[in-house]
Amino acid sequence: MASSSEKVKVLGFWVSPFVRRVEWALKLKGVDYEYIEEDIFNKSSLLLKLNPVRQKVPVLVHDLKVVAESYVILEYIDEIWKQNSLLPLDPYQRAMARFWAKFAEEKVFETAWNALCSGGEEKEKALKIAIESLEILEGEAKKIQNFFGGDRIGYLDIAMGWIGYWLPVWEQVGCMSILDPLKFPATSAWAKRFISHPLIKHNLPPREEMLVYFDKRSKELSSISQGWIKV
Amino acid sequence: MEEEHNKVTLHGVLNSTFTKRVEFALKVKGIPYEFVVENLTNKSPLLLKYNPVHKKVPVLVHNAKPICESLIILEYIDEAWKNGAKLLPKDSYIRAQVRFWISYIQQQMFEAMTLVVSTDGETQEKAIKELYEKFEVLEKGMKDLFPNGTFDGKNVGFLDIIMCSVFGPYKVQEQVLGIKVIDQERNPIIFSWVTALNELPLVKEITPPHEELVAVLQTFRNFSLNLAMLDHLIAIKVCVLCSSC
Repeated sequence: MASSSEKVKVLGFWVSPFVRRVEWALKLKGVDYEYIEEDIFNKSSLLLKLNPVRQKVPVLVHDLKVVAESYVILEYIDEIWKQNSLLPLDPYQRAMARFWAKFAEEKVFETAWNALCSGGEEKEKALKIAIESLEILEGEAKKIQNFFGGDRIGYLDIAMGWIGYWLPVWEQVGCMSILDPLKFPATSAWAKRFISHPLIKHNLPPREEMLVYFDKRSKELSSISQGWIKV
Repeated sequence: MEEEHNKVTLHGVLNSTFTKRVEFALKVKGIPYEFVVENLTNKSPLLLKYNPVHKKVPVLVHNAKPICESLIILEYIDEAWKNGAKLLPKDSYIRAQVRFWISYIQQQMFEAMTLVVSTDGETQEKAIKELYEKFEVLEKGMKDLFPNGTFDGKNVGFLDIIMCSVFGPYKVQEQVLGIKVIDQERNPIIFSWVTALNELPLVKEITPPHEELVAVLQTFRNFSLNLAMLDHLIAIKVCVLCSSC
């Protein structure tokens, strides 16, 4: 059999949570792939050729077909490789998973990132929204035993997985408290379970290097900040 | 009772691009529904119950279960009603491309347009330039993805619905802003695509009159510009207070 890892490639950046989502999905499905590291601050001709529109990672290449945008890639992966489905089968449950993924992305991820990269009133405003939004998510986390996908990791777990690993780094770098385990016990417990999963814990960037990277990056972005920063 | 169980209700407002796209999808799929007009300045208890998180429209209620967020509702409609017209292509790769461009229109282009509508002066000039650049990107993208044409005149898909809801009313946008939004010479593919969509009886059925949309957009523009001026005035006031200490 021809090596399947030659057929699937992931163009990524080591510290990007968006890229890890794609890798987690492929690992959960047992799909071999070749990882190609991209320096997003010095974009290669390969990236510009594969994703000329957004010029961003992750990019998935499957049998010469190119797919960009992490959520678009997740849906593609789930359709092509049918084992270990990421999204539920029921249309309503699928809609709920997509809804909460979007909510977490816009109201927790983007606001936590903005809080990290801003100061003063902007930071306080962003923190408030992030924490209020986590309160809503906590209600959903209380309903589950193991993962949002049930006994297995699913789409929503992958979408929100950054909370268990990137968020604590941002909290430390930005001297912020967002995911307080006393205030959010269910979300904290889920995040711990997710990060400890064998397929996830061996596919995370090194923490010390993340601290250095985000410290530098947040300072760079703060100095040019004028209002909300798009990630 | 089976009838109640399959009942479809759409909670929305009449002049919203987001509500309109759901209506369009329901009509394309031939799904009967009841439209409940919501008053966003005085939100109904039912809306707050169905969308406690965002308290926004549109909300689709099917089998007594609410679904929120227009793009998620469209995916749901396509998945829950398997018979009849398909909104997304069958091929997974083309689906991924369509999803990519929907995201581009909704996030990149819609936001660029919102910036053009809600600003003036130099900020607006810069925003207009960026919007035109994005139109060029979309023009090329559609040419590459659909070499035989974006729309065949009858089979409406997800991408057509989104494009129609955002840029279908381009003449309204042009009138309010006093600029060209879709230029036939610069973007021939987009121009003929949107023109063909606007000709559809379904689209004419759900589109409010031109003057009404102009009034709504003008009100939004005035409100946004006044807000910006208010922020500016507050900033000046703060500076004055600080400098007097």
